[in-house]
Amino acid sequence: MFSGFFYHLRGRGLKVSLTEWLTLVRALAEGHSRADLSHFYHLARALLIKRETQYDLYDQAFAEHFRGLETHFDITDELLEWLADPELPRELSEEEKAALKALDLDELRKQFEERLKEQDEAHHGGSKWIGTGGTSPFGHGGFNPAGVRVGGQGRNRSAVQVATERRFKNLRSDRVLDTRQIGMALRRLRKLDKTGPEILDLDATIDACAKNAGEIDLIFGPERKNRIKLLLLMDVGGSMDPHSMLCERLFSAAHAASHFKAFESRMFHNCPYEYLFTDIYYRKGEATHELLKRLDESWSVVFVGDAWMSPYELTHVGGAIDLFHNNRDTGLDWLRRFREKCPGSVWLNPEPKRIWNAPSIRMIRDLFPMFELTLDGLKDAVDTLGGRRANEPGLTN
Amino acid sequence: MFNQFTGTADYLASPELRDSVNVAIALEKPLLIKGEPGTGKTRLAEAIAQELETQLLIWNVKSTSKARDGLYVYDTVQRLNDARFGDNDISDIRQYIKFGPMGESFRQDKRVVLLIDEIDKADMEFPNDLLHELDRMSFLVDETGETVAADQRPIVVVTSNNEKELPDAFLRRCVFHYIAFPDEELMADIVKVHHPDLEEELLRQVLIAFYWLREQTEVRKRPSTSELIDWIAALRRAGISKASMEEKLPFLGVLLKREQDLESVIQRAAHAGGRRRIGVH
Repeated sequence: MFSGFFYHLRGRGLKVSLTEWLTLVRALAEGHSRADLSHFYHLARALLIKRETQYDLYDQAFAEHFRGLETHFDITDELLEWLADPELPRELSEEEKAALKALDLDELRKQFEERLKEQDEAHHGGSKWIGTGGTSPFGHGGFNPAGVRVGGQGRNRSAVQVATERRFKNLRSDRVLDTRQIGMALRRLRKLDKTGPEILDLDATIDACAKNAGEIDLIFGPERKNRIKLLLLMDVGGSMDPHSMLCERLFSAAHAASHFKAFESRMFHNCPYEYLFTDIYYRKGEATHELLKRLDESWSVVFVGDAWMSPYELTHVGGAIDLFHNNRDTGLDWLRRFREKCPGSVWLNPEPKRIWNAPSIRMIRDLFPMFELTLDGLKDAVDTLGGRRANEPGLTN
Repeated sequence: MFNQFTGTADYLASPELRDSVNVAIALEKPLLIKGEPGTGKTRLAEAIAQELETQLLIWNVKSTSKARDGLYVYDTVQRLNDARFGDNDISDIRQYIKFGPMGESFRQDKRVVLLIDEIDKADMEFPNDLLHELDRMSFLVDETGETVAADQRPIVVVTSNNEKELPDAFLRRCVFHYIAFPDEELMADIVKVHHPDLEEELLRQVLIAFYWLREQTEVRKRPSTSELIDWIAALRRAGISKASMEEKLPFLGVLLKREQDLESVIQRAAHAGGRRRIGVH
């Protein structure tokens, strides 16, 4: 049951490393867990799970693995059993091998057995390990200093019950985004450049002083500043209506982010053509070629749209979905111009990836890397814009 | 066996947080703390130091921080200056080595608490540059060839506001704890620490209003614990009674710092049928 938990977590996509697992084994063997499952739940989470976005997955995995076993669970027996015959993954990284070497499992088992023996001899009130009323921090009821309330979550409910509540669902990173999370993700978007206020440049100062035969000459240079300029182009109306809330949030987060050198946004319907809107309902906006004139490589263009349309809206002159609009250049031409002017452009799609099979989506993916509009997708998109991932058409998260 | 952390009179820690702290201390691993602003991430390190009666060294990380700054800085400018004016014996390089918070924490005879605050503000590579020092708790001063090693490994508390993902190699070495936002019960206790003589009934109403505000989806910057404490202070100074709380929520500006948030809440409250009017003083 104990080692099975390790594989169960990994099976659920939680990347628990052996190093972390061995830390847990050590912690248990040294007696840092009270005997019941709910303390094991917290201890294992603190040592194995390092992102709050994975708490929910951990809760689910924990509940699945330990459901119905709460009363039979005895971590002492489990641990002894595991130490007697440690089940380890066949392939280990260098770091994991080192960790395994550092933690001598045989030695650990001996210590653990000794501790258990001591515990048998002097039980309640001991200071080393589990027992009621002891001074060990991990004995049941072991902490209740004056003035501090003992209680809180997990006291009266079993660990599986706590896990089943899924209190951390809101922290998952694959669900849709809220403004703050988008803002966080956008903050990763920075390219630092030497354009800020003057600060002391030490190396240049030393060089200058050396040339001056020791006469001090302080050299100042500009500080590093973010030079990202962001242009947000959003598809609105029609099939995008169900996603309007999400798009609004993306917009407001990008708008509120103060660390961009410049930020602009425009709207379009299905595909950008000659004209881009600042207010699509009142048809206010700017000619696309005027906007393109102002763009250069320092701009990152982010398209947001479902890229879902008839192929002729992309490929045909006069193919625009609005009947009164007779476009002279095809949608693809316009998109290509953006891509050429700003090679650092990406497309965010609010529709899930599994339905990205439409011909129009494939055509657009040939031009831009496309990512899902989820926290993970946004992060990948931002990394692509920031140059931490290759920016090539057809790429995706 | 080892010193234990239980939370102090003015810092209430949940049992899970206390366990995480104690495990991190016992296993000698850095404790990584995340959580909403105002959940007391930074205060935790102070509370640990206070309770274990030891010194707290704080390293406030900035976007320009380099890992080495925390260990030591070689003050070349001072040395150049001294060389120019002949003030000091410039052949003694040691006097130009200024230890940073992490370097200092290794040099102490006693076990101290080292807080690395807001580690996510620095460059992406920053946490990885610290791995070696955090593992070995020692470093070499290149300029003098001396090795600084900790006799007593400091208790390391690291906080992050999630501005950046931290590297896996760094995460693997940490004990991680996410401080969930306090529930009403714990929040009542926290408020009592700051306002011990607050009327029960007023406290109850204040908390109802506070959690109602936090639930409003229009509110982008949700009010935090510290704002609640300030709000109560404002209410008490103005002599607001529980009766007037039922009619309107005064001094909302203390809780909601963004104008749009304030407006949308006022609208929402008006929409809700005016059972409770929101007044802004």
